[in-house]
Amino acid sequence: MTQKNRITGGQIDRNTTCKFTFDGRTYAGHAGDTLASALLANGVRLMGRSFKYHRPRGPMTAGSDEPNALVHLRSGARTEPNTRATTTELFDGLTATSQNRLGSLSFDLLAVNDRLSTFLTAGFYYKTFMWPAAFWEKVYEPIIRRAAGLGALSFEDDPDVYDKGFLHCDLLIIGAGPAGLMAALTAARSGAEVILADEDFRMGGRLNSETYAIDDAAGADWAAALVSELANMPNVRLLPRTTVIGAFDHGIYGALERVSDHVATPDAGKPRQILWRIYTQKTILAAGAIERPIAFNNNDRPGIMTASALRSYANRFGVAVGQRTAIFTNNDDGHRTAADLHAKGVKVIVIDPRADAPRARDYEVLAGAQVVDTMGRLGLTFAKVCLADGTERIIECGALGTSGGWNPNVHLTCHQRGRPSWNETLAAFVPDGLPAGMTVAGAAKGDMSTAGALAGGAQAAHSALDLKGRMLAMPKAEDAPVNITPFWYVEGASRAWVDQQNDVTVKDVKLSHQEGFRSVEHLKRYTTLGMGTDQGKTANIGGLAIMAELAGKTIPEVGTTMFRPPYTPVAIGAFGGRHRGQDFHPKRLTPSHKWAEEQGAVFVEVGNWMRAQWFPREGETTWRESVDREVLATRNSVGVCDVTTLGKADVQGADAAAFLNLIYCNGFAKLPVGKARYGLMLREDGIAMDDGTAARMAHDHFVVTTTTANALSVYRHMEFVRQCLVPDLDVQLISTTESWAQYAVAGPNARRVLEKIVDQDISNAAFPFMACANITVCGGLRARLFRISFSGELAFEIAVPTAYGDALIRRIMAAGAEFDITPYGTEALGVMRIEKGHATGNELNGTTTAANLGMGRMVSDKKDSIGSVLSRREGLNRADDLRAVGVKPVDPTQPVPAGAHLMISDGPVNAAHDQGYVTSACYSPNLGHHIALAFLKNGDDRIGETMRLVSPLTDVDVQVEICSAHFIDPKGERLRA
Amino acid sequence: MHDLIPTPALGVATQTIGTITIAENAGVALASVAARNGQTDICADVLKSILGAVPDVGKAVLHDPEAGFWMAAGQWMIGAPMDTHEDLADLLKAKLGDAASVTEQSGGWVVFDVTGAAMPDLCEILCNVPIRKMAAGDVQRTVIHQLGCFVIRRAADDHIRILGPRASAGSLLHALITAATAVA
Amino acid sequence: MIIDHPLLGPRDSAEFTYMGDARLIERPSPDSPDAAAAFYDYAYLRDNPAGWHRELWFHEAGDRSWLVVTRNTVTHEISKVEFASDVARAKGRSK
Repeated sequence: MTQKNRITGGQIDRNTTCKFTFDGRTYAGHAGDTLASALLANGVRLMGRSFKYHRPRGPMTAGSDEPNALVHLRSGARTEPNTRATTTELFDGLTATSQNRLGSLSFDLLAVNDRLSTFLTAGFYYKTFMWPAAFWEKVYEPIIRRAAGLGALSFEDDPDVYDKGFLHCDLLIIGAGPAGLMAALTAARSGAEVILADEDFRMGGRLNSETYAIDDAAGADWAAALVSELANMPNVRLLPRTTVIGAFDHGIYGALERVSDHVATPDAGKPRQILWRIYTQKTILAAGAIERPIAFNNNDRPGIMTASALRSYANRFGVAVGQRTAIFTNNDDGHRTAADLHAKGVKVIVIDPRADAPRARDYEVLAGAQVVDTMGRLGLTFAKVCLADGTERIIECGALGTSGGWNPNVHLTCHQRGRPSWNETLAAFVPDGLPAGMTVAGAAKGDMSTAGALAGGAQAAHSALDLKGRMLAMPKAEDAPVNITPFWYVEGASRAWVDQQNDVTVKDVKLSHQEGFRSVEHLKRYTTLGMGTDQGKTANIGGLAIMAELAGKTIPEVGTTMFRPPYTPVAIGAFGGRHRGQDFHPKRLTPSHKWAEEQGAVFVEVGNWMRAQWFPREGETTWRESVDREVLATRNSVGVCDVTTLGKADVQGADAAAFLNLIYCNGFAKLPVGKARYGLMLREDGIAMDDGTAARMAHDHFVVTTTTANALSVYRHMEFVRQCLVPDLDVQLISTTESWAQYAVAGPNARRVLEKIVDQDISNAAFPFMACANITVCGGLRARLFRISFSGELAFEIAVPTAYGDALIRRIMAAGAEFDITPYGTEALGVMRIEKGHATGNELNGTTTAANLGMGRMVSDKKDSIGSVLSRREGLNRADDLRAVGVKPVDPTQPVPAGAHLMISDGPVNAAHDQGYVTSACYSPNLGHHIALAFLKNGDDRIGETMRLVSPLTDVDVQVEICSAHFIDPKGERLRA
Repeated sequence: MHDLIPTPALGVATQTIGTITIAENAGVALASVAARNGQTDICADVLKSILGAVPDVGKAVLHDPEAGFWMAAGQWMIGAPMDTHEDLADLLKAKLGDAASVTEQSGGWVVFDVTGAAMPDLCEILCNVPIRKMAAGDVQRTVIHQLGCFVIRRAADDHIRILGPRASAGSLLHALITAATAVA
Repeated sequence: MIIDHPLLGPRDSAEFTYMGDARLIERPSPDSPDAAAAFYDYAYLRDNPAGWHRELWFHEAGDRSWLVVTRNTVTHEISKVEFASDVARAKGRSK
């Protein structure tokens, strides 16, 4: 448990020790460490195995661009695969395990893949495993899936919760390095509402990893002081541990805040992460830059990383990755790493391919030299260097830093079709074509010096907010120019990794070019360059440069692939937020819900409504027993059903009748006050859309119902017609679905029950079939009564304000006790409507016309209505059109399942001879056999015909007889009783 | 006088979670008023006589005992104490006559009063209203846990009133409680 | 996207329901001699431009107004937002 590579300095809290385990071994680190820095401090460089060749790998970076050091974090249900050790904030009790290995990390059996690398080059899938075809699924794919890949899921329910939220600000600043901090200070002092987000747990950006001073303070201290000043300003919201993952249209940004990832488990009820949607007027992107590596043979051994990562580990985390360290750099910034490490007591040597490389007093600089290969089985031990004079030299080193220059972090500038442009001085892409409202500052823009970043950040805020006052005084900081000679890979290198996460080598890029996959997008798909969790943040540019060289083009001519959100991986749970499991969507409860629960009802979800499906009684063992009983009881005496879920809308105004005339295909203008009418709505293309009733409560007031399922869309359609087609009709709409508790009371004794409740005369003479009225119940409570029937029985629907719904159902049950009133659920409702031949969603299924439904004559030709013109077109009015019919089995014991198709008895059974199909089916306890509704070609003329009902997929082949769809009371005598 | 006893949407006790208090308010009678064509002025006069002012776009008039807020162009929601104004829709219709379409809304909504120092934090993870920019009397229709709701910033700085669909009162309360717990 | 509602100001497009081409306002007259052809055109034939497009959005989670939004389908730039009822009146749809 010694932290043998721990050196002095850094921003870790040495007074707080965190114990953690990696692959079962216990180590110690400090608060302020990342998992990677703590492991490196303990001398652990090997943290994972590569994707394809299972090569030993350690961290290549100290940030979110990490391709290699991916681990399983935590254990059990909280296991998170592919977590970057380089961004994982260390906490006491952290457990991590390595992934993508067979056996132990240091002895991975699948490392044999590395020996087979000749066969496993880019495109090997497509070439190697082609035949025999059957082998793909059974042999090749399982093996490849086992061998290649990243982490694995726990397959357990995620115990954590995630929130989604909304923030609003004047200025969003992305990145809290020198540019972001200066921008934030400038904006905050102007009084603007500012959000400053940074993916790191410690704000300050590169200042935390550098040794240079700002004014008289160390950069990190200057940043810390500024952060605490900002934290105390009411108009500033600091979001550390927050990654802005996407730039969306019109100033909307997605950001993931890791609220609890730095503790072992979130506090009860607290989210693990919050996915914020940030609305901002202006945005400053100050996301810094990412150092890119140089490709040479075996450049992927643990201990080889970017030079800036070595600098971060030394300066910020107090870790010397190797006591002897080599730096391979093509630019002056690499020499900074050497100087910093040297100052920390590390033995340093610099290899710089530039002949005019800067000299150093205190350590060796090999100008004109290149690293050509490395050695070390599970970690770097030696580097082989080709000197300027062509001779080779072996250098012993435990760490090798590579610096190929810095790429401005342009990712978010490209989410709105922006394409970066090439900057020769930096040898890098810089932002171009920014999303509206965004400006870029600091290294992300290409201002690589600290002074440039500070000034750029302040200037960006000044311009973004259109500030009139003077700029803040700039602190003093280093202002070195960028000095770089582009150098992407060492000549002759082949097993040199360009994309370490996807195991793409220089050789693979060459192969891609050789085989014609030369466009960047093809290169990406062929080699997988730039895919995976890091999306090629350190890899892409190297691949492009090699491709450019091979194709004889410049890098900007080759171009970049698309940058798409999210910037870094986001757990699916964060996108789901609270909407999972029982909370996937809200529940809607009917006014009788509590009462129905007391009756032991079984509920079914209909839309979001929880409706009673049936009410089992003691002794009933199957749902059918309950449903049959409910149906028979209703038809023989009286039943009650909660029908609140039907969509309801009040249609009012002087032109209300004219409006209904337009939206329904049948006429409503002459409907008298106090009467209700069935109405069928068509779509403009002549297809049936929805049906329901409209009840005229007053000359200027209708109550309209829709099906439960279509309530929202029909209301939207009605508003469309009102606002877009007839804007000056005097009609007002409002949804009242939830305002009224509505019960259907049906059966021969329905009137006798309601007479005990309703204050008015509801005799057949006073309140005939299809009557409606505003009434009172129980001695004066306002209510609505409709004499409408879905069951085909004598029936009423009675509605009271929702708050009285519970009381009314209990009163109805009490009043009906002497008639053994029976509550019925949606199943019995369905049976009775099929027995009666009423259409519902199964029949109004988006393909059927009024004529198909047997309601062709309802479509009035005396007035205009939505869909009437196209309902008359030839294609919807053929002689052999489908017609709604009833179907019953010849053998009464046989079921007639929905979805089965009707065929001529002695004809072939195939799609070409299809005669129609069953839409709804049930067992009719009244008839004692199964019945069904169907659409049948020319059905009106085929009543009595015997046909075959088939469903080859479910082995159904039944002899059926076509009959009227009205199985019960075809003359409608019951409902008029 | 009828003898049916109304039930509140939930009938739950007031809950305090951290600094946040969530109370079901079953005492509000509601009715919507929509001006008939060409009657907006008459309608406005009547509303002014009742509320003291006509609620402007996105605003409420927090008058006593009646109050009201803007729903849409020419459409307002009027509220009053249930104890004294259960027949609010009829009262309004009597005053407005043919100038407006009036619809009883008392049964359609559950009303929650949410108060406490962390109320803005709660709002931020609940719905897309710019809560920190809202002033007393600001109203916004929004979506909470997929439910269409009205959020009214009341007179006290830490007080919002939420009107949500009554049938989903349980789901809405659950969302309020989980959010309150998350920010507590 | 943000839709700048004529009365309510900027609102997230997530509050709206989309219905496509605003030409749906221009419902043909059923009385014209070529009504069948005109309705066929109205119901089925729509332009699908890459560029500026006038389209219908319903403020479902707002004031329930239908809006005509002039939007560039390539860049998502929105240049104009009007009440559909005003557009309908301007098209002569007053009764």
